[in-house]
Amino acid sequence: MAMAGEKGRGRWVVIAVPYLWLLALFLAPFLIVFKISLSQDVVAQPPYAPQLDLSNGLAGITEFLSGLSFANYGYVLDFSNEFLEAYGSSLVIASISTLLLLLVGYPIAYGMARAPRSIQPTLLMLVILPFWTSFLIRVYAWIGILSPEGLLNQGLMALGVIDTPLEILNTNLAVYIGIVYSYLPFMVLPLYSALEKLDLTLLEAAADLGCPPVKAFWKITFPLSIPGVAAGALLCFIPAVGEFVIPDLLGGSDTLMIGKSLWTEFTVNRSWTVSSAVAVLLLLVLVIPIVIYQNIQQRELEAGK
Amino acid sequence: MRKGLTWFNVTSIVLGFAFLYIPIILLVIYSFNASRLVTVWAGFSTQWYWSLLENEQLIDAAWVTLRIAFFSSLVATVLGTMAALALTRYGRFGGRTLFSGMIYAPLVMPEVITGLSLLLLFVAVNFDRGFWTVLLAHITFTMCFVAVVVQSRLVTFDRTLEEAALDLGCPPFQTFFKITLPLILPAVVSGFMLAFTLSLDDLVIASFTTGPGATTLPMRIYSQVRLGVTPEINAVCTILIAIVTVVVIVASIVTKRAENQRQAEERAALQ
Repeated sequence: MAMAGEKGRGRWVVIAVPYLWLLALFLAPFLIVFKISLSQDVVAQPPYAPQLDLSNGLAGITEFLSGLSFANYGYVLDFSNEFLEAYGSSLVIASISTLLLLLVGYPIAYGMARAPRSIQPTLLMLVILPFWTSFLIRVYAWIGILSPEGLLNQGLMALGVIDTPLEILNTNLAVYIGIVYSYLPFMVLPLYSALEKLDLTLLEAAADLGCPPVKAFWKITFPLSIPGVAAGALLCFIPAVGEFVIPDLLGGSDTLMIGKSLWTEFTVNRSWTVSSAVAVLLLLVLVIPIVIYQNIQQRELEAGK
Repeated sequence: MRKGLTWFNVTSIVLGFAFLYIPIILLVIYSFNASRLVTVWAGFSTQWYWSLLENEQLIDAAWVTLRIAFFSSLVATVLGTMAALALTRYGRFGGRTLFSGMIYAPLVMPEVITGLSLLLLFVAVNFDRGFWTVLLAHITFTMCFVAVVVQSRLVTFDRTLEEAALDLGCPPFQTFFKITLPLILPAVVSGFMLAFTLSLDDLVIASFTTGPGATTLPMRIYSQVRLGVTPEINAVCTILIAIVTVVVIVASIVTKRAENQRQAEERAALQ
């Protein structure tokens, strides 16, 4: 049984190395964030207290525990501090963006899935290609288009559609455009893979039985594409809630999003403890969609086996 | 139900691709604008590309970014491939649910949370922030993308080849390098490329975890973009777009060739 032993050891290493890595650099950091969210800001290095001091033994631990408090959560959840508003408006912006992404992405994915087989790989690559170019570049490209003296306003004024430039940049509308544009491949790809698997004989059967195409779409195509819709929607919704770059560059000063609030709290107000409390609450808001997303991924893999 | 390209399908594809590509094309065109005003066309010029060569800060940042992207994606590819093997090959093991959770969660985790949590970890263990902390952070979030890409190849993989090698007395370690790795190589390579571009692209996580002396290119671009649109930034972006486009197209041609060759060999072996 020398071989089984060797296999056992190899197996152990293959599991342990990435496992320990993620425990140390993905899970442990969250516990630290949680701990710091219960601490208080102090002018010191590191800028939070209490510190866990194990050299005093049990007394050190009890002293540490008694120093923790939920004060930061009280501060974040206080209506006068705009954080609650930012959570709410992030959820609204992310939901509307996800809906827009579905409306824009579905026809593209549908068209791709119905295109001749021979050109489908090319179409797929064309959807993925912009995703490979920098996210920051794609957001930046829209500043030049949407600004008051930008290309969109110049074009519309040259055509005589408008007399005065439209205010789009630094509004929520620009944030929607930015999110839809940047996240589109994440919506199109799962939709395409769901639609491409669709058994066309079902639609032929429906047509033979006298079902009009539009009705067939809502009765057959759309219900069968729901897994793709769910995967795409979550893949866009979850990161969009915590989005920072897009509201920062395209949104206005009145665009409230929690990712931006966290960033400001951290870089401008320099309160590590409040930013940690914001992060913990954001994670709590997102935990349910994240778990649903994981289950979908897992089921997809089981089905692939 | 009509199959093929109906007017609706063609329109939605054309409009969709126009939406995806027009902003990028405009950005590239205006990088060749002679005027400093980005929105007024004043003739063709390559002056902004030449002025980049004198911008030492930008070149330094590009060099830092490339080194981080290369080394982090190398390590992430190894760790991600191991994670994918652990998830697909080793069935149930203690804490498997936690493990797969830690693989999938980073894919959708808002960057501000990942960045902040890693920074606080580095502070807690008193690790000086800079090149190495960004490297560790990038390995951590990109390895999960590699794991998912490799995993999707492993589940559709014909295991009888591996079993045959093991039955014939080939040690597992050797079986992996002689049989498994060559077959999953296209997925490993695309995992590496994905990790590389994600690292190249990252602004938020790098901003949280970096320290003095390790400013990355996205951080430089971001601080300039906040001041407004300039043709130099358009030129930098155009160079990055050109590099990425060439790499992606070459890689897809290479993997397609390799795939065709493999299929031809398989057919030949069966005859």
